[in-house]
Amino acid sequence: MSTPHPALFEALLRLGDDRLVLGHRTSEWCGHAPILEEDIALANLALDLIGQANLLLEYAGAVEGAGRDQDALAYFREAIEFRNALMCELPKGDYAVTIARHFLHGVFSVLQWDALSSSTDATIAGIAAKALKESRYHVRHAGEWMIRLGDGTDESHRRAQDAVNLLWPFTGELFMPCSDDAELAAAGVTADVSSFEAKWRETIDDVMLRATLTVPEGAWMQRGGREGRHTEHLGHMLAEMQIVARSHPGAQW
Amino acid sequence: MAGVPTRELVLAWLDEVKDPEVPVLSVVELGVVRDAVVSADGTVTVTVTPTYSGCPAMRVIEEAIRDELLLRGLPRVTVRTVFTPAWTTDWIPESARAKLEAYGIAPPGRAIVEEALVPLRRANGTPRCPYCKSARTELRSEFGSTACKSLCWCADCRQPFEMFKAI
Repeated sequence: MSTPHPALFEALLRLGDDRLVLGHRTSEWCGHAPILEEDIALANLALDLIGQANLLLEYAGAVEGAGRDQDALAYFREAIEFRNALMCELPKGDYAVTIARHFLHGVFSVLQWDALSSSTDATIAGIAAKALKESRYHVRHAGEWMIRLGDGTDESHRRAQDAVNLLWPFTGELFMPCSDDAELAAAGVTADVSSFEAKWRETIDDVMLRATLTVPEGAWMQRGGREGRHTEHLGHMLAEMQIVARSHPGAQW
Repeated sequence: MAGVPTRELVLAWLDEVKDPEVPVLSVVELGVVRDAVVSADGTVTVTVTPTYSGCPAMRVIEEAIRDELLLRGLPRVTVRTVFTPAWTTDWIPESARAKLEAYGIAPPGRAIVEEALVPLRRANGTPRCPYCKSARTELRSEFGSTACKSLCWCADCRQPFEMFKAI
C-alpha cells in the first residue's frame, strides 16, 4: 500500500497485538504445562497466534508507510503503543486461567475472523480466512477443557469458576467499538466488534452450562488496552519479550 | 540454458522439492505451490500459500524452491505468497495420501467445518492405524510435533502415531 492510512494501521495493531501478546503469554507454558500433550498443544497455539501476529503486523507496517516491519513493531514499541485488549496481557495464572482466557478470546476470534474473511481489503480477508481455520481448533481445544475442568473434580471446578470470575470483567473491552474504526467498518474493511457480541455470548453460555459454571452478572467492565492504557503486567512481559531484539538490534540468525 | 522451460516442466521440477517436516511429500503434492508462471526471458514466478500462519517451515520451503530452480539453470526466480484461497488438506491427492500412510502418518480426513464451535462429537472419526491398519484408534491430542499433525493411539498394536490434521 502506497498511501499511509492511520485508521487502518490502528485497526491492524488491535488485531495483531491481541495475538502477539496472547501468543507470548501462551509460550510461557512451554516446558511447564501439567501434562506433555498440553505442553505441545499450548506451544502449537502460541505458534499459530504469533504467526497470525506476524502477518498482521507485517501488513500494519506496510500500511503505516514509515518503514517499520513486523519485528520493529513487535520489539521496538513501548507498552503505551500496544493496542491489545487487557485480557491478553494478564499473567498466565494457573491452567484454568489459561484455558478460560483461550476460550473467551478464542470464541471472539472465530467470530472476528469469520466477519473479516469477507473484508473488502484482500490482504485482511486472506489472513482472516486462514486464521479462522486455526481459531476453530483453538476453541475446540479450550472449550473441551472448560467442560472437563468445570464438570470435573471439586478442585478443578473451583479453579475454573475462579478463572471465569477473574477474566469476565475483561471481556467487555473486546466488544467496545473504537472511534477510529467506524468509517472502516462501514466501508467493509474491518468488522464492527459489537455486531457479534450476542453470538459470542450465546456460545459462551452454551459451554458454561455444559461445564456447570456460572457467568458473573453485573461486573464492571475494564477497558484501556485499545487506547494504550495497560495494566502493570504488560511492561514486565514486554521487557522479557523484547530484551534480545533490543540488546542486539538488527541481528540476523 | 537452451530455451525457456514450460510451466509443466517447472512444476515437475518443483515436485522434487520435499516438505522439510514431512519429507515424503513434495511442496506440489502438499498444495503449497499454487502455480508457476514462466515469462519469455526465463524468469519464473512461483506462487505459494502457507499451510499454517506460524508454520516455521515456510521460509525453508521458499528457499528450497528458489534453490531448486536456480540449480536447474533458470536466471531469475521470484516466490510470491498468497493467502487466498486458504490452504486446505483437501488439496492433497490420493497418491500422496498413500505415501503419508506408508511413511507412518495417517492421512487427513475431509476438512469438515463443524457447525458447533465446541461439538459434543467430532464429525471426523479417528483414522486407521498406519502401522497395523486397525480401526480401533483414538485421538490423544489435536496437537502434535508440528502444526500440521495430531497425536493418535492404536489400541491393537499399542503404538502412538501421528495424523495429518484435516483443515
